[in-house]
Amino acid sequence: MAVLELTNISRHFGAIQAVNDVSLSIEPGQVVGLMGDNGAGKSTLVKMIAGNFRPSHGTMHMDGKELILHKPAEARQHGIEIVHQDLALCNNLTAAANVYLGRELRRGVGPFRILDYAAMYKRAGQLFAELKSETRPRDLVKQMSGGQRQAVAIARTMLSQAKIVLMDEPTAAISVRQVAEVLNLIRHLRDQGISVVLISHRMPDVFTVADRVIVMRRGRKVADKTIASSSPEEVTGLITGAIEQV
Amino acid sequence: MALTIDQPIEHKQQSLAARLFASQTFWVVIAVILACVFLSFATDAFATSKNLYNITRNITFVAIIALGMTFVIITGGIDLSVGSVLCLSSMILAVTMHAGYSIEVGILASIATALAIGAFNGILIAYLGFPPFVVTLGMLSIARSLAMVASNNTVVFQFGPDHAKLLALGGGAWVFGIANPVLYMILLALITGFILRWTKFGRHIFAIGGNEHAATLTGVPVRQIKVAVYMISALSAGIAGIIQTGWLGAVTTNLGTGMELQVIAATVIGGANLAGGVGTAFGAIVGAALIEVIRNSLGLLGINAFWQGVFIGGAILLAVLFDRIRNFRRSD
Ligand SMILES: Nc1ncnc2c1ncn2[C@@H]1O[C@H](COP(=O)(O)OP(=O)(O)OP(=O)(O)O)[C@@H](O)[C@H]1O
Ligand SMILES: [Mg+2]
Repeated sequence: MAVLELTNISRHFGAIQAVNDVSLSIEPGQVVGLMGDNGAGKSTLVKMIAGNFRPSHGTMHMDGKELILHKPAEARQHGIEIVHQDLALCNNLTAAANVYLGRELRRGVGPFRILDYAAMYKRAGQLFAELKSETRPRDLVKQMSGGQRQAVAIARTMLSQAKIVLMDEPTAAISVRQVAEVLNLIRHLRDQGISVVLISHRMPDVFTVADRVIVMRRGRKVADKTIASSSPEEVTGLITGAIEQV
Repeated sequence: MALTIDQPIEHKQQSLAARLFASQTFWVVIAVILACVFLSFATDAFATSKNLYNITRNITFVAIIALGMTFVIITGGIDLSVGSVLCLSSMILAVTMHAGYSIEVGILASIATALAIGAFNGILIAYLGFPPFVVTLGMLSIARSLAMVASNNTVVFQFGPDHAKLLALGGGAWVFGIANPVLYMILLALITGFILRWTKFGRHIFAIGGNEHAATLTGVPVRQIKVAVYMISALSAGIAGIIQTGWLGAVTTNLGTGMELQVIAATVIGGANLAGGVGTAFGAIVGAALIEVIRNSLGLLGINAFWQGVFIGGAILLAVLFDRIRNFRRSD
């Protein structure tokens, strides 16, 4: 059974139809590459799954049950994690504070609960080590390199046992070595039965790691097929519109 | 293994001393101490217990509101209405007690008024997207006008059956001869410092000031928190108003005029950044202290009071200049 199923999902912003009547389903442990030109509606689609936007039309189901999300915390409770395209980091906070943003660990009882700095530093440090990143939990994000910032955003998705991880261009602006690290992480997630949606403009990333590729153009889904049955040339044609639809 | 453990520790120790010297608040503390030492030698009147009592008490009204303002400024907002809210809260307290109600009822009415105004500001800003500057500028005018309406623009100096209690609350010195307002200030500063450092709410305030969009995306309840910070700011103005009423023993409708600028100045001098994301409770207090010490010293040194604005304005610019130099060096 599909872990996530979208049926006729649309989202408009005023007159702009950002996502138009998209249906798709994602199986457990599947890596889906989501591709499309700038403004095709990829980020808008994953933000709806992550509880950032409500769909204007259509329904979502998770494990067969209808999924209605009012806020990101609810999506996380359902095991949906996301790496945002702009990383969504606060420069004035430490790496650990950013990893735990919106779900800070606290200790104490009842209303007398204070932030548990030690636990957050420790766990964030472990996650960075797992990601083989040089990032230190106590450092301010302000002083970090692009790759370290990316590691902070990715570490968020590893905080709890996710069912689906949405990655909105996680390999933009990082080194070759770190791209390999991110792709390894995706495989690692897949082996644990976690589904991954990978948005990327980099054809090689999608073709090395994904099982399936979905192409969007101007808000619509124009292709949804297995990697084995497609090719970079075909996908490029679909993205640009040289190939209408398959 | 040893390497990976040693590195962060060494890094942390380095940055502790470095952070102290890079901290604007630290240098403002030094400036306050130097000024006090200088004034103790240069004048006979400074280091008298009466003058020190006056200074510490005068610091408090600006400092208490600066504590509330710190929350707003950390989120990247501003509250220009605090001077008028102080006046309105004082007036509601005065009018209620003058009408024969107890001090408890008076304080309750006064606090409720302040909170309602803060909530009004916050809702316009957070839910309707009004710029904080405009909303609170409007409220600066509205609140003072309401204070005039409430009192028919008279001076209230009789506070009904609990008159003596109110004067003791603001004018007394219940512990070790320290003026009561100073005790309230210390208590509120501790609470503010605790909230900012140790609570989820405090963490989220910094997140909003650092990157509001990121805070929204990660599920921080940005709107509710923004309403809360404007309520806290108004509440601090209300508390300062109640204490000041007790201390002065009278309320006029020009109470707190221009105070918003002193409060913002204190916050900024103490190290808060108007762009958001930075600020401390301690900074708000030392900023208020520096302003008061400057004011007091000009009087004692026999410098014409008209020069006050120049010195306080200069302190603001110096504080910001310091921040610029620091950023400049970092970007080098
Ligand atoms: N919050 C918003 N308000 C208004 N319009 C929006 C908003 N978010 C996205 N849009 C619009 O929706 C459309 C799709 O944007 P989206 O960010 O989903 O594209 P994308 O496929 O992620 O593009 P890119 O590859 O550049 O990231 C664009 O026309 C964009 O301008
Ligand atoms: Mg995008």
